[in-house]
Amino acid sequence: MNCTKCPTSTRAVIGLPRHNAAFCKGCFTTFVHEQVARAIKSFKMFTPEERILVAVSGGKDSLALWHILLKLGYRADALYVNLGIGSYSEESHRKVQHYADTVAAAHGAKLIVHVVEQEAGAGIRELATVLHRPTCSTCGTIKRYQFNRAAVEQDYDVMATGHNLDDEAARLLGNVLHWQEEYLDKQSPTLPASVEGFAKKVKPLCRLSEREIAAYAVVNRIDYIVEECPMAKGSKMILYKEVLNRLETESPGTKQRFYWGFLEKQTKPEPAAESMAEKDQRTLHPCTTCGQPTTADTCSYCKMMAKAKTATPR
Amino acid sequence: MIVQLSHPQRQVEIKGPKRTKEVLRELNLVIEAHLVIRGDELVTEDELLADADRIEIRPVISGG
Repeated sequence: MNCTKCPTSTRAVIGLPRHNAAFCKGCFTTFVHEQVARAIKSFKMFTPEERILVAVSGGKDSLALWHILLKLGYRADALYVNLGIGSYSEESHRKVQHYADTVAAAHGAKLIVHVVEQEAGAGIRELATVLHRPTCSTCGTIKRYQFNRAAVEQDYDVMATGHNLDDEAARLLGNVLHWQEEYLDKQSPTLPASVEGFAKKVKPLCRLSEREIAAYAVVNRIDYIVEECPMAKGSKMILYKEVLNRLETESPGTKQRFYWGFLEKQTKPEPAAESMAEKDQRTLHPCTTCGQPTTADTCSYCKMMAKAKTATPR
Repeated sequence: MIVQLSHPQRQVEIKGPKRTKEVLRELNLVIEAHLVIRGDELVTEDELLADADRIEIRPVISGG
């Protein structure tokens, strides 16, 4: 498979069926940067002058996001929240610190670290046990609180997270399956600082799939934690992603059409819908042959039967 | 070829030569949820992998 963009057709490192394209390393990096730049512009996320706080976890998405923003010339610092999940947190903390020291520092960017155990006296597993709450829900509350607090207290204009197309499509599927309409508004790639004390939140990776971001990290030698969080095992989000990936394999572009289509509908509210009865009364009238309702002069059944009577048997 | 898998970490052996997509199919893995890496380079689904190759199949899904 060769690069579909290079005039010399260099060997491709990734095929992207949803774009009917394949890219070499250089063209793929350019493609990813262009997708992020498009998201930043079309959803009015931030300007080059604004200060961005990136929420980093040590995983591929957040480290790739920090990397892309720095390469695009944005003023992006990062916050890492050490959750105190044993060796998993130690390893992810080490990866984030390594990236900050070896890459981000050269761009003048700094890493802020918050250790849950230092403030709360225990890691999230212990807190979840004491509070009788699921670990992932405890984790989500702590991370949202700490990221927002840091962004507001340290005067960042916007907080950026590494949520990607798969995250948003899976979340949308979950919300639709359970008709959680009240959560749909929060699926926009840009959430405004609606009230005093809330930071503006953005998702610049919303145009890129999880696989594309992982590939970007490999191609650009970003050392991220491949191991999955031990607390995420059996999560519903993973199940939704697996289902969507099955559909994507059979029909490339499914995830994109599902999430982008939703965003399009959200930004352009439809006029009050005509009822089914009203539409039928406007478009249907009796068939000239049999009298049953049809949109044409002669209904499909009468046309088919007329054709069958005149057709020559094979 | 030796195939390194994650979640949980393990190694399996697959007879080569085979195309990447055939290796994934044999292991019942979906391309959209995985990257295939030989050495430290990504390989596409139509790449022919030799019997002597060592590859890593890296999952890309995270719980988020």
